[in-house]
Amino acid sequence: MESFIAALMNSLALGMLLFLIAIGLNIIFGVLNIINFAHGALYMLGAYITYTVAVLTGVSFWIALFAAPLIVAAIAVVIERVMLHRIYDRPITDSLLLTFALLLIIDETVRWIWGSTIHVVDPPASLSGTVRLLGIQQPVYGLFVIAMGLIVGLGLWGFFSGTRAGRVMRAAAIDRKMSRLVGIDVPLVFTAVFAFGAGIAGFGGAIAAPIRAISPAMGANIIVESFIVVVIGGLGSFPGAFLGALILGAINGFGSRYLPELNLVMPYIGMALVLLLKPQGLMGRTAS
Amino acid sequence: MSRRAGLITALIAVILVALWFLPAWAPYFYIFVAAEILILGLFAAGFNLVFGYTGMLSLGHAAFFGFGAYVTAMLLLHFDTPLAFALIASLAGGGLLALVIGFFCVRLTEVYFTMLTLAFGMMVFSVAQQWRSFTGGSDGITGFAVGSFGLGLDLTLGNPAVYYQLTLVIVTLAGLCLYLITISPFGLILRAMAENPERVAFTGIPVRRYRLYSFVISGAFSGLAGGLFAPFTRVASPETLHWSQSAEPVLMSILGGSATFLGPFIGSAIFVLLETWITSFTDRWMLFLGIVLALMVMYLRRGLLGTALDRLTKRG
Repeated sequence: MESFIAALMNSLALGMLLFLIAIGLNIIFGVLNIINFAHGALYMLGAYITYTVAVLTGVSFWIALFAAPLIVAAIAVVIERVMLHRIYDRPITDSLLLTFALLLIIDETVRWIWGSTIHVVDPPASLSGTVRLLGIQQPVYGLFVIAMGLIVGLGLWGFFSGTRAGRVMRAAAIDRKMSRLVGIDVPLVFTAVFAFGAGIAGFGGAIAAPIRAISPAMGANIIVESFIVVVIGGLGSFPGAFLGALILGAINGFGSRYLPELNLVMPYIGMALVLLLKPQGLMGRTAS
Repeated sequence: MSRRAGLITALIAVILVALWFLPAWAPYFYIFVAAEILILGLFAAGFNLVFGYTGMLSLGHAAFFGFGAYVTAMLLLHFDTPLAFALIASLAGGGLLALVIGFFCVRLTEVYFTMLTLAFGMMVFSVAQQWRSFTGGSDGITGFAVGSFGLGLDLTLGNPAVYYQLTLVIVTLAGLCLYLITISPFGLILRAMAENPERVAFTGIPVRRYRLYSFVISGAFSGLAGGLFAPFTRVASPETLHWSQSAEPVLMSILGGSATFLGPFIGSAIFVLLETWITSFTDRWMLFLGIVLALMVMYLRRGLLGTALDRLTKRG
């Protein structure tokens, strides 16, 4: 029982991290109609910036937690203005190619700046240690990750359904031409949405920094995992991203405890099953 | 038109003859460079059957290339098979893996397809990386000897010049096969699917199955290229399965021009020459690769050969 609860909490923490990446991927896809292959790289960038801000400058982790998403979002603005905005009218393959190129560029730049070795960030004192919950000792930081994921999820849901900016973004996603006609500055919205999604990825990276080894491979790993999340949940679906992230979190969390030999291929088996039974994903509407 | 086709055929023949006699005068270094261009060119041309002809971007083709490399390396290491047999096994292995992965990937279109190929490609990479007892983990498979070729041919494959000439022959034959596929009625259907899948479906052609055929053929040729690559580099390493390896045929096709058959080969030549030149003074090759790919997509989407042909057609 104890190991079950430990695996459950671990699964939830992993799931929330995946949710933060998958939801940004979904938002960018929903509005810009682009699958951002560099999304994992932006997450990785968030983790490295957290490392630099928190460890090297000696500033607190909390400042890094705010600085990382903002810096990543600022980089995303440049990316969108210089590169992405040129190809919105082109076939979707071009955007796949361009963000793939971006992935190569960010990945190699990170290796250049920070090297290929693994970096470690310690959680702040107030979040280290364990607390007794549900009959076992839980790492405080794991609970913090779960809480952060839920807060961001609820915040995004409120933002898109309740605020004007959120509704403008949704309008631009549904009909670009019509949005332009009613006075929405669509190019500005596109820049904002890309920066917004990238900022969430940067935030995810900052949160992940103390629990995951910071290495150049972390970006590619998480993008593959968040693709699995999106395929399981359904592309473009908000609840789908949440559900998919929880499922993959559970596959990873329980799999590493109970089926360590199959742990590696389990996510792919899960994805293959979903593809066979429901090709649009559990919550997806259309396949395209 | 036919005059130009004759001209191009003659040009290719001249280039092939020149390549055959390369070891007669060029230092070993250039033989290695030429062999790499040929092998990766075949890989890119195989990839381009799916990308340029069928209109589907795969970011997981390293899985088939690397799988071919592992098949050849393991057959040579454990069973001492003749190389010809190992290469045929790589071809079949690449096709078989593409059948399994493709079965899932072709069910969905465009965006999903690309995401799935990347994901499944990384699955193969992780398996090779972690199944240490079977695949050698991150070290890969080394220490295999390239003995005889088989098929009654007596070749000293240990000699790089001989291996290079063998590579030239195999790549030429495989390229010819691929070319015949692209100009066959089947190839025309693939091109039609890239243009307008709905219309093709209306004519009664099962689009999904043809996509799978294309993917399997493409995977088989990628596997063959990988099979040639392992004895060339003397190692089958997980890097040949990594997503960054999948980036290479993408860039080669884009560089040369994905709408032309020879584009990927020309792209491969530019790619390898650039890589050789750039890595001589920096190891930030991948950064350069990303920047070139981004610039090509933004400004020269039809590639160098494609753009050149466009210019010629406009004038003539």
